[in-house]
Amino acid sequence: MARKLLLENAHIEGIHTYDVYRKNGGYRSVEKALKSMSPEDVVEEVKKSGLRGRGGAGFPTGMKWGFIAKPEGVPRHLLCNADESEPGTFKDRYLMEKIPHLLIEGMIVSSFALGANHSYIYIRGEYMYVLRILETAIAEAYANGWLGKNIMGSGFNLDLSVSPGAGAYICGEETALIESLEGKRGNPRMKPPFPAVRGLWQRPTVVNNVETIAAVVPIVNEGGDAYAQIGIGRSTGTKLISAGGNINKPGVYEIEMNITVEEFIYSDTYCGGIKNGKKLKACVPGGSSVPILPHYLVSKTAAGQDRLMTYESLSDGGFATGSMLGSGGFIVYDEDQCIVRNTWNFTRFYHHESCGQCSPCREGTGWMEKVLHRLENGHGKIEDIDLLWDIQRKIEGNTICPLGDAAAWPVASAIRHFREEFAWHVKEPKACLERNYGLVADRTFETVTA
Amino acid sequence: MKEVGRITAQFPEGMQKSALLRVLHLAQAEFGWLSVPVMDYVARLLHLNPVEVYEVATFYSMYDTKPMGKVKLEVCRTGPCMIEGAERIVKYIEYKLGIKDSETTADGVFTLKTVECLGACGYAPMLQAGEKFHEHLTEAKVDELIEQYKANPVVNYMGM
Repeated sequence: MARKLLLENAHIEGIHTYDVYRKNGGYRSVEKALKSMSPEDVVEEVKKSGLRGRGGAGFPTGMKWGFIAKPEGVPRHLLCNADESEPGTFKDRYLMEKIPHLLIEGMIVSSFALGANHSYIYIRGEYMYVLRILETAIAEAYANGWLGKNIMGSGFNLDLSVSPGAGAYICGEETALIESLEGKRGNPRMKPPFPAVRGLWQRPTVVNNVETIAAVVPIVNEGGDAYAQIGIGRSTGTKLISAGGNINKPGVYEIEMNITVEEFIYSDTYCGGIKNGKKLKACVPGGSSVPILPHYLVSKTAAGQDRLMTYESLSDGGFATGSMLGSGGFIVYDEDQCIVRNTWNFTRFYHHESCGQCSPCREGTGWMEKVLHRLENGHGKIEDIDLLWDIQRKIEGNTICPLGDAAAWPVASAIRHFREEFAWHVKEPKACLERNYGLVADRTFETVTA
Repeated sequence: MKEVGRITAQFPEGMQKSALLRVLHLAQAEFGWLSVPVMDYVARLLHLNPVEVYEVATFYSMYDTKPMGKVKLEVCRTGPCMIEGAERIVKYIEYKLGIKDSETTADGVFTLKTVECLGACGYAPMLQAGEKFHEHLTEAKVDELIEQYKANPVVNYMGM
């Protein structure tokens, strides 16, 4: 039976209330940290745990914490990134809705480690009902002495507030999030300076994902070494995966990072296989931004090894034959799904969400959307495929923030693995409007051109 | 006003601009949409230049700078919802209400909006009305929702 560190108690009736949460061992990590550990000890445990950012980039959390500047007399801030907007991802919403106190507990311990006395949770505006759940839980935490002045007589003060966004994917990028929390448009900042030096209100700031902060709780409770025992290699601990698309059991699953992709898709513990007895066509394993994998690269890597649900294994083969774990937004496509249509849909999303600062992204996403739209609707030309390739290549790496890359990768990978399907849309415009391409592109690995 | 005071108090002295997004949610809930006079009023409340409010109100997709129906049906149209039939749901609502995307019914009750990913990919297709998420939509469920809101066109609006 797989171990759960975050969602173990999620099924308990009333776990969203303080009393039930506390009865089930809640806030133990705060007691332990504030009574018997120094802030440096907590940072050390997180470093030992090998915890990596759960928002998508996978940057080691302990190292990120180590970068925070500590100038005399300047307040520092911890911001929780609850702007979850990556298509395919809904794990943070689930965690906050079910066990809001776990996030609050993580915020307290993490703020203690960083020396932050006022921390904020920035949550996407569409999750306003979750914001209310969090505010209720925060009020309970204040009432029970876990927030406020001199927590448990330790001399540590912490205020915690929740602040909403208002519908902008870009605000999940850490510097855009900071701008937004300052009451401005969500335009990402140039780095350096990094937020660890100059972030919110020009003060040293750390921005961490909801799941990352929640994971600090078991790390402090059980120790960084115990956490690092779970998983494989540099993919330590458990990961929340939001599974959606054409599967029998969509939902949020907590996995130990050592199971195979095959098991995750087909086992009844997780996705329960493809819906309606259909065949797998493709899979996007880490949210819409990561490269799409054709079915023959889902269960096995190009080298023929079993593909695992880990950072390393999912990116095995680079972008030529691999993908990324990303945010854990796992989208499964059956044989009836049209890759061109899906790519057009994602590109429309990125065009809609581009903040407009950098011209390659602002213009390029719009061009790609137009070209994909005409391909999907039977007005495409065969040169359009190379044109798309050219546009995405000119966006990638040429923008201030990673939204440009995120818009380019799905297009690049779709063309890389499903070029014939794009060509079919040009050659058979009538057929493409009437039926889909199915699994015709069932090629052997040798014919794949990187 | 008390709520505005509570929100601004969450930020350090001199950083009241940080309250802007939430105060705009409040204003939109109160007035239905963000007209120029409403935005100017918010600017005065938070001691900002009006343009600082306009630029934020026009950047974020949840703020409406045009009048809206009493009930906004915001249907997610992004990838995972699309493959589970979001387009059919949009078409069905268009047919039921006789309006297109971004239009309002003549009686001013419904506005249909298609929006990008709302984080309900495992429970697709879905729509949001006010704060409420309506998931696993079917045509029958849409019928039910429309009847319900027709009888009582009140949603629990954002920001209250």
